[in-house]
Amino acid sequence: MSDPFSGRPRVGLFVTCLVDLMRPSVGFAAVKLLEQAGCSVDVPAAQTCCGQPAYNSGDKADAAALARQTIAAFEGYDYVVAPSGSCAGMLKLHYPALLADDPKWSGKAKAFAERVYELISFLVDVRGVEAVEAEYQGRATYHDSCSGLRELGIKDQPRRLLSSVKGLELKEMADSEVCCGFGGTFAIKFPDISNAMVEKKTANVAAAGPNLLLAGDLGCLMNMAGKLKREGRKIAVRHVAEVLAGELSDPPIAGSK
Amino acid sequence: MTSSRDAILSKIRSGLGITRDDPDRRTIVERRLSSRTRHLTPARVKEKSAEELLKLFRGFLERESATVVEVDKKQDIPAAIADYLRSNNLPARIRVGGDAMLTQLPWGSQPHLEMLLGRAQPSDEVGLTHAAAAVAETGTLAFASGPDNPVTLNFLPETHIVVVEERDLVPSYEDAWESIRARFGSEAMPRTVNFISGPSRTGDIGGRLVMGAHGPRRMCVIVVRNSDPGP
Amino acid sequence: MKPTIESFKQNARVALHDPQLQRALAGLPTGLVANRAAARARLPEFEDLRDIGRDIKDHTLAHLDLYLEEYERKATAAGAHVHWAATAAEAREIILQICRDADAKIVTKGKSMISEEIGLNSALESAGIEVVETDLGEYLVQIRGETPSHIIAPAIHLTQDQVEADFRRLHKNLPQDRVLTEPAQLVGEARQVLREKFLAADVGITGANFLIAETGSSVIVTNEGNGDLTQSLARVHVVVASIEKVVPTREDVSSILRLLARSATGQEFSTYTTFSTGPRRPDDPDGPQAYHVVLLDNGRSELLGTAFREVLRCIRCGACMNHCPVYSAIGGHAYGWVYPGPIGSVLTPSLIGVKHAADLPNASTFCGRCEQVCPMKIPLPKLMRHHRETEFSLGGPSHRYRLGLKTWAWFAQRPKLYHVATRLATAALGAFGRRRGAFRRLPFAGGWTRHRDFPAPQGRTFQQLWAEHKAGAPR
Repeated sequence: MSDPFSGRPRVGLFVTCLVDLMRPSVGFAAVKLLEQAGCSVDVPAAQTCCGQPAYNSGDKADAAALARQTIAAFEGYDYVVAPSGSCAGMLKLHYPALLADDPKWSGKAKAFAERVYELISFLVDVRGVEAVEAEYQGRATYHDSCSGLRELGIKDQPRRLLSSVKGLELKEMADSEVCCGFGGTFAIKFPDISNAMVEKKTANVAAAGPNLLLAGDLGCLMNMAGKLKREGRKIAVRHVAEVLAGELSDPPIAGSK
Repeated sequence: MTSSRDAILSKIRSGLGITRDDPDRRTIVERRLSSRTRHLTPARVKEKSAEELLKLFRGFLERESATVVEVDKKQDIPAAIADYLRSNNLPARIRVGGDAMLTQLPWGSQPHLEMLLGRAQPSDEVGLTHAAAAVAETGTLAFASGPDNPVTLNFLPETHIVVVEERDLVPSYEDAWESIRARFGSEAMPRTVNFISGPSRTGDIGGRLVMGAHGPRRMCVIVVRNSDPGP
Repeated sequence: MKPTIESFKQNARVALHDPQLQRALAGLPTGLVANRAAARARLPEFEDLRDIGRDIKDHTLAHLDLYLEEYERKATAAGAHVHWAATAAEAREIILQICRDADAKIVTKGKSMISEEIGLNSALESAGIEVVETDLGEYLVQIRGETPSHIIAPAIHLTQDQVEADFRRLHKNLPQDRVLTEPAQLVGEARQVLREKFLAADVGITGANFLIAETGSSVIVTNEGNGDLTQSLARVHVVVASIEKVVPTREDVSSILRLLARSATGQEFSTYTTFSTGPRRPDDPDGPQAYHVVLLDNGRSELLGTAFREVLRCIRCGACMNHCPVYSAIGGHAYGWVYPGPIGSVLTPSLIGVKHAADLPNASTFCGRCEQVCPMKIPLPKLMRHHRETEFSLGGPSHRYRLGLKTWAWFAQRPKLYHVATRLATAALGAFGRRRGAFRRLPFAGGWTRHRDFPAPQGRTFQQLWAEHKAGAPR
């Protein structure tokens, strides 16, 4: 399946269920960034969820079924890119482990995993993007989502691109690498502990004095945005892709029009 | 009736999937035990001169609140000890073991120092021992228990004075083990080998560091330089 | 120690509202966490040593039977009595018998998590023996009738004020006018009290960080020297150690020791690392007359053939719990048994069964920090996930949760239905949430909205908008 506009790599966008359901503007920002980086982007319709909720709940059967479905849906693309470190980590690291004992799928899972990237890491590490043409007047701080950081090594890449955004001052918060307390099913199963963790996080965010909080994972962002709002703190929250793509017309997460 | 020993070993073997006595496994273990491979020597002590090792050793100990005093020859030790005790307002009464290097020092040159022999008694305030080796990589002293240097001398008295010769300063822990092997044989050990890296301390109360938790509150290490010609 | 894991959520809630505990835990990031990072930065070989440590342990575990036999041979040749205990009850009985044979009235103890695991103290006390914990942190929790809350800093949950209050309450010979406002004064008071016990002890019991097969030696690591006074002053020295503590040679233990203190407290090396082999020799003027080593299984041999074998690499440094955001929020007691933090979340269910400890491996976001700092590279999140798999296969965690999960998974495997259903749900939620942008309350999401708002969806799904975009509609 080669690209009719020859030379451009074909990227299959793995939307992620949270972006799909909660905040499509992140998906469109991702598409814009990928096209600006010289890729042609497609969104296979047969994708739903990466299977993490099942996987992390110990339900390997459903997780494996979703893994097979996802791998099949993205057959033929040069790259599979997700605007989420945790979903990309699931696809890249855990799918091969999940299907290791399946003779029909283990090879496919490995081949698939090699084509999977988180969005920002794809732009910087694969496409060699060094700067974006966006603008944002104000101070932002960046939260390092756990899976992106520890499973995929995403740390410098978003900061490098953010430093090219005209007018944006990036201020690091204390403990940016400490978990925000979302953890998918964890926030539901252990709400009090999750709250204690997100409280520490929002205190650190606020102490950096930003106008804007950014991260690469919508789960973390929803968690932190929800807490900031409950605390009455006037800090806007967006996915980093939105700022890098200059897509700021929609209200921030948990923000009103 | 199977003993617990047999039951445990049998469970281990079945857990590992071992169904019969495998001579290859035994060979692997024997080889590993006798080869005593060193895995790694930290760069900080690799190919360093004696001077550099001493500087490293000293720096670590001082960082851990030990006092380090260098003397040119062992005859200077009694005076150095007397100085240390005096300047720290400590009693001039020292418990020492049978270590010949220590007992044969010219203590007469410091007549006010009272030397007591043997294991530590609860009322002893100053203990003196001779380290078997000194390890530069973390400022660590190695002691071998015995009549020469009873182990209680390292722990009971509040002040611990250590004598170590620069020629016994080695780069790494593995080198210290070679010294021990040279003295005791390839696999034999005294009752206790202590690796000591400073005075006793604890952070258990409010997270703040306090010295002298149970072991010695202070430590003075006297290093006899290589300039000393002989035994 | 009786597990209280079944009340984990309740334990956690109490912990979250305990201001003293929270104050104590707040010191972790700038303390132990920062110190470990600094120590690691000072040793360029740190990461290589983690691989070396992992390989040493994996090799040993793969030959554990042979190394234990060699250890026993060497230890016995040096004059040790080596005992094998399959269960906690057996270990207690062996140690009790040793104490009876020694006519022991007072027993001093160095810090030993294994002794907590087997419930040794209460067994000895029931037999009329006075047991004195000598590690200062252990002593502090002992006099409060508590259990340790951290495997290397047992009293990390206490503040200085609490310690002063305890000493005033419990030290009979403490004059009322003695000043105890500084940590040094408190330590001085403890030193005085415990010194009497060291000197009076009949039996000294320690754990062992390592057992060395090459020489038949046991190794303890302390900063206080309490382990040394415990094991050198009493007539009898008893070591209680679990079977996976064995390593082949002194070279092997040297490599692992380079990681231990750095990972635990950020020190270059612990103040006292002591290698003990047999009882005193004929010409020794001091040291114990008898030396016993109790090798404990208590479920570990069973782990060898399972996916949990890797947890047996643990060297009890505590780095995982120091870096765990969950531990930092709730402290060690909430975990309900001997081993807190990530290592506890894996080891406890492995030893006492997932059914009795299900909350532990679930109380994790899988942030991965524990695995990142573990000197032995134990894949703790992966092992916690394995416990969740076991729990799931046994019908857990709850009907309601499984229903939610299965419903989601059912739709997710049917993309067309999924897209229709999600479109409807998103539209509804989006409509209700549009004005304020977030929900203060949401049915089925009580846990979330108790503490934070739930952001409203934008109102259309991406798939829906993308389809329109492909069909030429402007965005």
